[in-house]
Amino acid sequence: MAVLNSKIPEGNISEKWTNHKFNMKLVNPANKRKYDIIVVGTGLAGASAAATLAELGYNVHAYTFHDSARRAHSIAAQGGINAAKNYQNDGDSVYRLFYDTVKGGDFRAREANVHRLAEVSNNIIDQCVAQGVPFAREYGGLLDNRSFGGAQVSRTFYARGQTGQQLLLGAYSAMNRQVGLGKIKLHTRKEMVELVVVNGKAAGIITRDLVSGAIEKHSAHAVVLATGGYANVYFLSTNAMNCNVTAIWRAHKKGAYFANPCYTQIHPTCLPVHGEHQSKLTLMSESLRNDGRVWVSKKKNDMRAPADIPEDERDYYLERKYPSFGNLSPRDISSRSAKEVVDEGRGVKGGEAVYLDFEDAIKRLGKKAIEEKYGNLFEMYETITGENPYTVPMQIYPAPHYTMGGLWVDYNLMSNLPGLFVLGEANFSDHGANRLGASALMQGLADGYFVIPYTIGNYLVADKPEKHSTDHKEFEEASNSIKEITAKLLSTNGDKTVDEIHKKLGRIMWNKVGMARNEKGLNEAINEIAELRDEFWKSVKVTGQAEELNQNLERAGRVADYLELGELMARDALNRKESCGGHFREEYQTEEGEALRDDENFTHVAAWEFEKAGKWNRHTEELNFEYVKLATRSYK
Amino acid sequence: MGWLSQSLNSSIGKKFVMAVTGISLILFLIIHLLNNLSMYLGPETYTALVKSLDGIKPLIRVIELVLALVFVFHIFNGVRLWLENKKARPGKYAVNGSVKNSTLFSRTMIQTGSIIFIFLVIHLNTMWYSFNFGEAHATHDYYYFVAEAFNSNIIYSLFYIFAMIVLGFHLNHGFQSAFQTFGWNHKKYFPLIEKIGFLYSLVMAIGFASIPVYFLFFYGGN
Amino acid sequence: MSAENLKLKLKIWRQKGPNSAGSFSKYEVAVSPDTSFLEMLDELNDSLERKGEIPIAFESDCREGICGACGLVINGQPHGPVPLITTCQLHMRNFKNGDTIWIEPFRAKAFPVLKDLMVDRTGFEKIQQAGGFISINTGGVPDANEIAIPKDISSLAMDAAACIGCGACVAACKNASAMLFVSAKVSQYALLPQGQPERYERVQKMVKVMDEQGFGSCTNTYACEAECPKGISVTNIARMNRDYMKAKIISKNVEV
Repeated sequence: MAVLNSKIPEGNISEKWTNHKFNMKLVNPANKRKYDIIVVGTGLAGASAAATLAELGYNVHAYTFHDSARRAHSIAAQGGINAAKNYQNDGDSVYRLFYDTVKGGDFRAREANVHRLAEVSNNIIDQCVAQGVPFAREYGGLLDNRSFGGAQVSRTFYARGQTGQQLLLGAYSAMNRQVGLGKIKLHTRKEMVELVVVNGKAAGIITRDLVSGAIEKHSAHAVVLATGGYANVYFLSTNAMNCNVTAIWRAHKKGAYFANPCYTQIHPTCLPVHGEHQSKLTLMSESLRNDGRVWVSKKKNDMRAPADIPEDERDYYLERKYPSFGNLSPRDISSRSAKEVVDEGRGVKGGEAVYLDFEDAIKRLGKKAIEEKYGNLFEMYETITGENPYTVPMQIYPAPHYTMGGLWVDYNLMSNLPGLFVLGEANFSDHGANRLGASALMQGLADGYFVIPYTIGNYLVADKPEKHSTDHKEFEEASNSIKEITAKLLSTNGDKTVDEIHKKLGRIMWNKVGMARNEKGLNEAINEIAELRDEFWKSVKVTGQAEELNQNLERAGRVADYLELGELMARDALNRKESCGGHFREEYQTEEGEALRDDENFTHVAAWEFEKAGKWNRHTEELNFEYVKLATRSYK
Repeated sequence: MGWLSQSLNSSIGKKFVMAVTGISLILFLIIHLLNNLSMYLGPETYTALVKSLDGIKPLIRVIELVLALVFVFHIFNGVRLWLENKKARPGKYAVNGSVKNSTLFSRTMIQTGSIIFIFLVIHLNTMWYSFNFGEAHATHDYYYFVAEAFNSNIIYSLFYIFAMIVLGFHLNHGFQSAFQTFGWNHKKYFPLIEKIGFLYSLVMAIGFASIPVYFLFFYGGN
Repeated sequence: MSAENLKLKLKIWRQKGPNSAGSFSKYEVAVSPDTSFLEMLDELNDSLERKGEIPIAFESDCREGICGACGLVINGQPHGPVPLITTCQLHMRNFKNGDTIWIEPFRAKAFPVLKDLMVDRTGFEKIQQAGGFISINTGGVPDANEIAIPKDISSLAMDAAACIGCGACVAACKNASAMLFVSAKVSQYALLPQGQPERYERVQKMVKVMDEQGFGSCTNTYACEAECPKGISVTNIARMNRDYMKAKIISKNVEV
């Protein structure tokens, strides 16, 4: 115990990072090439870290399970990236971005981290522009901004609806340059399956080559994980098919603490599930809520077509419940309200969807204006659903989108295991209990470009880690244990497919560890997941061989990890007896049905130590709010 | 000069050679057609024209040599590109989807080119050889030589007509393709280039084919 | 949501590995018209796994048309019959009951088949590593608003940058040429002021590696543009041609 030292530097909030940068030890330029660093994951955080570390002179080994770094799911981010540039002269500042992010995270993030994030946000934009990222511009040739996610200032930089793509391709290009120069060894189609810890320090990883199936050992002075989030534990989410928790989960099982696993963000405007064979959910931009009106029938199981439901039999529930914010209420509130009406049986034809209707907007502004604003989104909707949203109201429903929880890290982004650094969505750090729109890209790049290059050097000099031979017994053991697990999966030969079990897990998670949680449901979930885990290991069917390209086996390994993670999420949710941000406990709400935080008892990070599947120890890190005063969010 | 051969042997370089030689041939065809069309002005004019060219034989020979080189480069590079490109795509699709994504003209350059090559050999052997060294050269009766050649041999004439239609196909793609290869694809002007190319190919095909058609069907013989 | 299931015959390319011979296998499925093409394959795979058979290997990730991982040749067309979308965005309502659908991998020497419908697109990576970047390090860059870039230029650069690197251009081209892919990156940087210092060096380096990777030459059939899910224009190829020849003529570097 008592390992959770956040190592927040002394001093005023605005000087902490500056002072810390000065106080950290530096690696002599000539010595940098003596250090090998493993970076797992090549999304925004991983690619930017790999590129920057290589530029500094370190020998970087980058790993991705994709065929190319450009496929990482950062590529799918649509909206934009925040920065406190104040180009619009509308009162933005580093302090305001800091303030908004802490408040938006419902006071469950570290102030010092968030301030640093706001500080470097401006450098990120400069860096991306210099790389040739084609951000949207004004006619005068300068950068354009928009307001996003209910922010009162326009601080979001964007590249059409493909900001994530352009930022990732920027980081990817920086990385490619270093690959060309030989400073990065890029290992594609290699999935990290184990972390190797020697003498308490992260010393390397074990990977599985996804083409040959070979289990390989890699050693380095430090390991950086930037492997993204775990929303696919719900089976259906807006995450890509291959997003998974395996890298950080296996590190967790080797001793890294998992912080705040229950903080998940459910995005309100996604396309609803259309059938049992649906493989993933698609996000529709939140901007649609600017003009669309959300409604359901007042009757239960109303099977009429939307056009046949008269005005006075419709319930515009967001406008009714939150008159001042109406259809623009924050993500968590909109999502939860949709769930409430669906639970009452008032969803579209009694199912899991609500209407997002543009009829009034088209009447008011004309079809042309709507087409200009949302044309491509409407097209995308029609491609997927086959329905024309100009004439038939859209159907939407919330979907898991982002996970704020992740491996616990200190101010230096190092986990409790020395030498193991965690960046981007994979760590728990900057978003608290709820992430604001356009902040994920900012955090990934901040960690990779501007934080890890400083803090990793300090570790290398101060801790003097050694690079072990891959013949070391820890490497042998780790590699053997993976081979055993693989053999077990392949030899079980039961009658349940991997997807079947994953879907079952997803249902449990969605119903009981989803948008609204309660003690009874969480307890049930814990038992059901444990049972499902047993069922998995007894009756899963995985085809093919270990030593070949075997996508079935890949999925099986990932689902095995979700079956443990899911339980931990439920346990974390059960233990956090309050409602905050993306975590809503039905027992803890105001009379009006709003989230009720318990600042007295839960102004802390919950970091879980793995003992064995089904057994974790909860540690806490107190959070202190010296600058942003604790207050209740209200959107009435 | 290693850089030069390296440049011209790169994928873009080879295309560049195709385009430069292609454009040269396109210009040559205009002169050739004008020359041919002068037949419609009557035997005297045509014979006089050919004779006048005879007067500047050394210059003509130099031009012919350049032209021959242009042809050789165009053909050699074309065949080489075709062979290399076939290697780049060893497997064939079970369903051929190219009808849906490209024009027939663009897909058949090697086939149309090959037919034109066969035509060229025959053409050189009958017309060019005869004008320079053979029968027509001896009699100086160029007009009647041509007229008889087409009038007396229907298969020969039909092959000529066919080859000229094929030439039109080849030019229709080749014309705009050369501009694209030079990098002159501009949103405003490229549609115009495509139209000019189409018109040019049409004029060439009809113009050249009109001669055998004329002598085959409308030439009474004297 | 909507009508009855579609009964379809699938002819799917099965190939054990890069060095094995492949052939088509026949499958019959019944799917809802609301299902996506890849969900149909998921479903088929699930039924194969249940029978203990090896599922069909194919790639996909984001399933919203941006990551570029998916890419099947469906009835002879990369990403199928609907223009401007990727395979993962294709839905079964675009097919008719009783249809036979041929599903093949991208075919190109530079994209060897790894297994079934999965190909190796490493060639694209090598080209990007040769010059698909602006040579700046992190830090020490000017303020983002230091350079004004005309909106239309920035917008053209964005059009080119929208490439998702799926390889449909190579798959569609009868020569398996990678020109559209390479020219999209070359164009993005050639248009922007940030890309000018290395403009002529970059195009030479990228084309050189493109040639080495075994892609064919462009013969301007424009099949690439027609099949590109992101509508990347062949004017980018023209721009690259121009820059390349110009580079060859003016550049003092004879080594590239």
